[in-house]
Amino acid sequence: MLSYIDKIKEISIRLLKECRVEMVIGFRKGTVPMMNEPHFAKSPEDVENFVWDSNCGINLCNYFTNRGEKIGILAKGCDSRNIVTHIIENKIKRDQLVIIGVPCKGMIDKRKISAMFEGEIGEVIENENNITVKGDGFEKNLNKKDVLQQNCAICIHRNPVIHDELVGELVEEQIDVDRYEDVREIEALPPQEKATYFEKLLEPCIRCYACRNACPLCYCPTCFTDESRPQWVGKGQDPTDVSTFHFLRAYHCAGRCTDCGACERSCPVGINMRVFTKKLEKDCLELFEWEAGLDPDVRPPLDTYRPGDPDEFIK
Amino acid sequence: MGIEPDRLQFSWVSSAEATKFVQVATEVTLAIKDLGPNKNLVKTMPKVA
Repeated sequence: MLSYIDKIKEISIRLLKECRVEMVIGFRKGTVPMMNEPHFAKSPEDVENFVWDSNCGINLCNYFTNRGEKIGILAKGCDSRNIVTHIIENKIKRDQLVIIGVPCKGMIDKRKISAMFEGEIGEVIENENNITVKGDGFEKNLNKKDVLQQNCAICIHRNPVIHDELVGELVEEQIDVDRYEDVREIEALPPQEKATYFEKLLEPCIRCYACRNACPLCYCPTCFTDESRPQWVGKGQDPTDVSTFHFLRAYHCAGRCTDCGACERSCPVGINMRVFTKKLEKDCLELFEWEAGLDPDVRPPLDTYRPGDPDEFIK
Repeated sequence: MGIEPDRLQFSWVSSAEATKFVQVATEVTLAIKDLGPNKNLVKTMPKVA
């Protein structure tokens, strides 16, 4: 994956020089280890700052919603599926985009790595399969495979589903992955235990809405949580309000979520709210044979009617 | 989300099907009476003035 960067720079410079796009959205190095930030290259000189490594987990689709200019964008498998979703939902036009596909082998989980060490991590050096974590008084080699983000470890769409340029050979897709083990475990719980489980899961939530802001699907001009007339959900720390926020946000992503992991990645307190979106993803797959963002020409299940749609729940 | 399956019911009743509506309403009421009061997703924190 590290070798992509030369190709990324080459393509970006070419696109900008030929004026095919007004900017290329990619990543530059962040100010702390394992935190790359989005970078908007508007001239060939800006391209120099681009980086590509295993810390490019942010979903870049969040940055072109409703924009009017021509944009080049780096797209991993999950990003490319969100681009498709954006095209379906008329948030961007296909001909505005030059999609630079980046076959992805997974991003590393900064929270998991930080938890392995006592002190602060000063530097993380990466090569093709391993990373070296250095800090005050410690240095350790880790296998990338062991520290992947959970959504990357169970990812089945690593290659971009839609692209105009490609920065490297397509990677092998993971097969025989059990994507829904955790969801099935929760589904099996009796109602009361389920309620307790969710309450415990969401207890640390501080209602900062980082998950919503990082999510490329959450582009509503006014989010239901911010509305005050009517006020759909209380703004305090009442557990009922906290869980209402998370349940509803997940429902708004039904049939659209690509499990890119942006929500969990951005959460300052490390809540795995992906269990909610994954449950809906599982339902969409089982009830409607639907996986989000694979084809811009197919309408999603929530806006199509088929006579065979499941309706056993209606008495 | 911790709500018992029987507590939430869906039904399709035409405005001309009064008997069906009565039947559904009765059944739902009985089913929910069996379950007792809902304890989950109910606000418990006191309101601050």
